[in-house]
Amino acid sequence: MSVLRHRGKFVAAVCTMVVLSVLAGTSVEIAASELRSSFADMSRETQGMQSDDSANPGMLWVLEGEALWNAKPGAESRACADCHGDARVGMKGVSARYPLFDEANARPIDLEQRIMQCRRDRQQTTPLAWESPELLALTAYVARQSRELAIEPSRDARMTLALDRGRELFTRREGQLNLSCSACHDDNWGKRLAGNVVPQGHPNGYPLYRLEWQSLGSLQRRLRNCMVGVRAEPYAYGSADFVALEAYLMARASGMVIEAPAVRP
Amino acid sequence: MKQEQKKIEPNRRELIASGAGMMALLLIRPAQASDETMRGAMRQFISEAQVRTGRIKLDLPPLVENGNAVPLTISVESRMTAEDHVKTIAIFNQKNPQPNVATFHLGPRSGRASVSTRIRLADSQTVIAIAQMSDGSFWSDSADVVVTLAACVEGL
Amino acid sequence: MARALINVPAKAKRGDIVEIKALIAHPMETGYRHDTKGEPIPRDIIKSFVCSYNGEDVFRAELFPALAANPFIAFSIVASESGVLTFSWTDDHDQTEVRTAPITVE
Repeated sequence: MSVLRHRGKFVAAVCTMVVLSVLAGTSVEIAASELRSSFADMSRETQGMQSDDSANPGMLWVLEGEALWNAKPGAESRACADCHGDARVGMKGVSARYPLFDEANARPIDLEQRIMQCRRDRQQTTPLAWESPELLALTAYVARQSRELAIEPSRDARMTLALDRGRELFTRREGQLNLSCSACHDDNWGKRLAGNVVPQGHPNGYPLYRLEWQSLGSLQRRLRNCMVGVRAEPYAYGSADFVALEAYLMARASGMVIEAPAVRP
Repeated sequence: MKQEQKKIEPNRRELIASGAGMMALLLIRPAQASDETMRGAMRQFISEAQVRTGRIKLDLPPLVENGNAVPLTISVESRMTAEDHVKTIAIFNQKNPQPNVATFHLGPRSGRASVSTRIRLADSQTVIAIAQMSDGSFWSDSADVVVTLAACVEGL
Repeated sequence: MARALINVPAKAKRGDIVEIKALIAHPMETGYRHDTKGEPIPRDIIKSFVCSYNGEDVFRAELFPALAANPFIAFSIVASESGVLTFSWTDDHDQTEVRTAPITVE
């Protein structure tokens, strides 16, 4: 009898929470069965541009990355290949698991930061700048090796703080337009904004060739653009908040197929 | 949208009318500066020859996701033999700062008169492709393209 | 050296029409843009592309600023004999980037 009464109270509490959250306008995360890459929203021609490696401009960065992978950055340095071997083997599945927890620095790290760390600590060469052609090339080359694999977010308990922070950043309103990421990408994906389809906003294609940029660019570049779009002050490249947001986005896109280097309008 | 297309169509028909007629039409129908520049560039290509519709097909998406890279394909019906082949294909646009887009030179060693590329379009406009055959004849096709801007304009 | 991607079938039968795709890294700066200070960014584009087959030109293109960045051109040739295909891109400063690809024709 008392158990039933307890369950009744529990059900009532849950119902209240649901009603309250609806009234408060809290965004609901996209169900796993509804996850959709914005590849599906593109024209046949742009899809073809991505799918054809001899037409995909992102492959030019992958080519450059391959050359950098095999080159010694200095006379005394090792090439990436010297430790990691053939990237097609050694880097397969790697980008699908980033960001992850970096033991050495006791904090989450994304793929770009890992590459920069290797260059600095293990190759003893000048660090690469964010969004520099070399960093983009190496990131594109590594990410390419995970193409067609599923996103596998880190299950490390030490990533929980970053995931929570990322979720918080994704759902909070910001900028002069006072919009949260989720207001568009959870609540209104599939609808149109000024002639363009609102995507769900997944990271599965990055780094990607954006027609608007006429260049390959990183996920952080795209996120900065979004923030400028809502007239918010964008986070600095490489900030902990960006890594947290990336971690959340990857978890949100868990299981989605990697398309890097993708092509997007 | 339909009305716009109707306005463009008669222009197009006049553009590809006979060379002699072209000059007369320019006097009769006041055109936008951009149209005149495009006609000027086309006239440079065809000089006094007559241009007919047919044989060449210009493929452009009617609605473009981003004007920075618009896929374009031209194909011309031709056996591409030494006696009968496409010599040159020239592409023109209406509203970019410059009227020329690209000029392709083919020959019997091409096998097929088919070229694909990606172009920039600054605004919704008409694109015209003209093929010059080995017998000196000119053929053309045109396409109207709607170009939208990115929804969130970025300052970075 | 600018990165370039050429797609040429390694082998073909004599008389086959083969499609060739050529993609090269280049910003194709139109000359119509301005930097953040309002200064015009000078034009710098690839103005011509030539494909030659065992020394004879089989395809030529004149390009204008309306060509998209990282220019991509797909065209076809008749596989007539084994040999070398040479691809050259020339920019506004008359610098030329050259690539070659072998083709075996049976």
